[in-house]
Amino acid sequence: MTGDIIRPYGDTTGDGRIQVSFTLPVPFGTTTERARAEGAAMQLAVKMGLQPVMVVHAKGMGPDYTFFIVYGRVSHLVDLSEVTVTEREFPLLSSAEVNLRIRAGLGRKLVVVGACIGTDAHTVGIDAILNVKGHSGEKGLEYYREIRVVNLGSQVAVPDLVARANAEGADAVLVSQVVTQRDAHISNAREMAAAFEAAAPDFGAEGRPLLVVGGPRFDPAMAAELGVDKIFGKGTTPGEVASYLAYALAPEVPEEVQAGASA
Amino acid sequence: MQTRLNLDPSVVREARTLAAKAGQPIVEMARTHTTVSVERAVLRLAGLQGADPDGMPWVNRLTDAIRDTTGLEHGVALPAWDALLTGGFDDLASLAEAAAQGKVAFRIPAGSDAAAARAAASAALAKGIGKIDANRVQRQRMIEQTSEPRKPWIYLIVATGDIYEDIPQAQAAAREGADIIAVIRSTGQSLLDYVPEGATREGFAGTYATQENFRLMRAALDETSRELGRYVRLTNYASGLCMPEIASLAGLERLDMMLNDCMYGIIFRDINPRRTFIDQRFSRQIHARAGIIINTGEDNYLTTADAVDAAHTVVVSQLMNEFFGKEAGLADSQLGLGHAFEINPAVPDSFLLELAHAQLVRELFPDAPLKYMPPTKHMTGNVFAGYLLDAFFNLCGVMTDQSILLIGMMTEGIHTPFLSDRDLALENVRYVRDAAGRLGDSFVPAPGGFIEQRAKHVLAESIGLLQRINDDGLLNAIADGTFGITKRPADGGRGLEGVISRADGYFNPASEILETGNEAVRGDSAQAVPGSLEGAA
Repeated sequence: MTGDIIRPYGDTTGDGRIQVSFTLPVPFGTTTERARAEGAAMQLAVKMGLQPVMVVHAKGMGPDYTFFIVYGRVSHLVDLSEVTVTEREFPLLSSAEVNLRIRAGLGRKLVVVGACIGTDAHTVGIDAILNVKGHSGEKGLEYYREIRVVNLGSQVAVPDLVARANAEGADAVLVSQVVTQRDAHISNAREMAAAFEAAAPDFGAEGRPLLVVGGPRFDPAMAAELGVDKIFGKGTTPGEVASYLAYALAPEVPEEVQAGASA
Repeated sequence: MQTRLNLDPSVVREARTLAAKAGQPIVEMARTHTTVSVERAVLRLAGLQGADPDGMPWVNRLTDAIRDTTGLEHGVALPAWDALLTGGFDDLASLAEAAAQGKVAFRIPAGSDAAAARAAASAALAKGIGKIDANRVQRQRMIEQTSEPRKPWIYLIVATGDIYEDIPQAQAAAREGADIIAVIRSTGQSLLDYVPEGATREGFAGTYATQENFRLMRAALDETSRELGRYVRLTNYASGLCMPEIASLAGLERLDMMLNDCMYGIIFRDINPRRTFIDQRFSRQIHARAGIIINTGEDNYLTTADAVDAAHTVVVSQLMNEFFGKEAGLADSQLGLGHAFEINPAVPDSFLLELAHAQLVRELFPDAPLKYMPPTKHMTGNVFAGYLLDAFFNLCGVMTDQSILLIGMMTEGIHTPFLSDRDLALENVRYVRDAAGRLGDSFVPAPGGFIEQRAKHVLAESIGLLQRINDDGLLNAIADGTFGITKRPADGGRGLEGVISRADGYFNPASEILETGNEAVRGDSAQAVPGSLEGAA
């Protein structure tokens, strides 16, 4: 057997067993309704590729809906050789390594301006990346000695963000977008990128700052399409962002210095 | 209630004294200033509704017209009712329409004209506030006709953006066990300097707070309350730039609870601190009158700061909210002070720490209907672990006798809850409430043990912070980032241009009624709430 072809693992290699839960808009009251509801759940599961199927739990929710938990065996195979992943183009560095790389490569503090733009008031994401306290056990960018953070908070207008980024001499602008109704995160990111592009001449010889957006619903592959330099999706930690900023903004440092840092 | 933490009453008194000292200068500022939104609230209470063809409410058009001519230093009432009486307008709406076209010459009346304007304005406001009083009576009647749910009250959120979608969802949630329905607002609304009009069907991550949406939802929940034989409360948000107006609309449409924090808008929405504190005082006077329970937003501090390190900032903010709330006329039974279960579950003894914090708040505010918020920050996407964490939150809530439990969703941070997420969440809280609802009676932390010591430590830290705030002044403390890390200078943020210093002779007929009348109204129970029900007769 080739190691590239796999199936889900329940309790035995190759058993293909998985668990799914879902709701169907069917009643679960009378005996007939219950039988019909379970049958409906089985039909969906079979169409999803599960065979055999066990409906282990069905519960009526109000008069019109039923919730199901289903176990079954999928017939699908996963071919690992066909899996494509976006390789991280930058190395993950510790905070000490990030500081060192900025000091050696940039020779001054790296300035980051962060904000939630548009109507988005959800600062949880940007705060988790910027605040000292950080996220998932990693300290935020404020913790890095060689990074100066300006957190503008929520609902920042794009022109204000551009002006402030310029005034602070920002090397990078971090924008977080949580609200996604009607794809607001996409249009806001585009608007922001266009505004920085338009204002690029004002930023002097080095051009506009590096534009980084993040949020749970962004597709990291869309950076070019949105006109930004980098997109971070759900689960991004401050260390990843800091490593990326160091990689993108601080020129490579000589080998022996790097070796010294990790010692 | 019995004390389980052996708190020193003199330490608790000191904390309250320090909070009062820190808050007093803010009250003085609020007494001597008004805002565009306070003045628009006066017009709304007098019955002015509707909007121009562009959707800008008439209260905005009329207030702006007066501001542009006589200014608002004397308040909107004197020039408005003077123009109404002397200009031959049928009502405020026709006055506003003419004013918007620049056809009204406003003035600050003097002598008998002033007396006539005052009398007419006072009569109009007495009528408007009479509606709020009638709603309060109606709420009590509804509770008597249906029943008061047992505590803790289960609080569920609805937020589709479309009021006509929200209504069946809210009714379904009530049937599934929710005692309180909160309709989350469209996320941009707090920074709108006007209240949208009419029923709305589009919003960003929430539904606009409008008078018509309030009315529709309250009517639907009345229907469901009768069906279930249990009074289902309705909650919305009196926050943002239109806080006083939304508070007024809540009173006029018999909402039952309103999010209304003294500092939330400043810290999380970057609304100007002065604007917020002035708006907040008037809003709370309305809530006091309307028998509305306010919900404060301390849970938010723990989403930006560490829940262990920042535990004392929650207590300090609660003490400030209590001081400002009582100063504005709110009874203890109307102070839904907020806090949250947000300690990192990887921290050793995290549940003991949560118990200590929750019990401390319970004992500091024994008669307040405390609002306890579920974990959000450490909900990881592992919905199974999240479900367990929510169960521990529910357990902590019933053990420490919290009054209002916002129900945690295992899919927090992933998507707006599925129907099944909500159903599972209710199953979770029902199990804990039925299985351990009376555990609180037997829960007494070991004297001198970990929980007691932790609670005392947080209280001591709170006193330390209150002392620093007093040394510095509250506005400076906010500017320095004392709460929720964010720094908010007193002259920064949005809405400062809407703050006006009151002139001698400033006239606000609503405030006059509220400030003299709230004392009298407070004689009866603000709203039958757990803990105060027995004493209310």
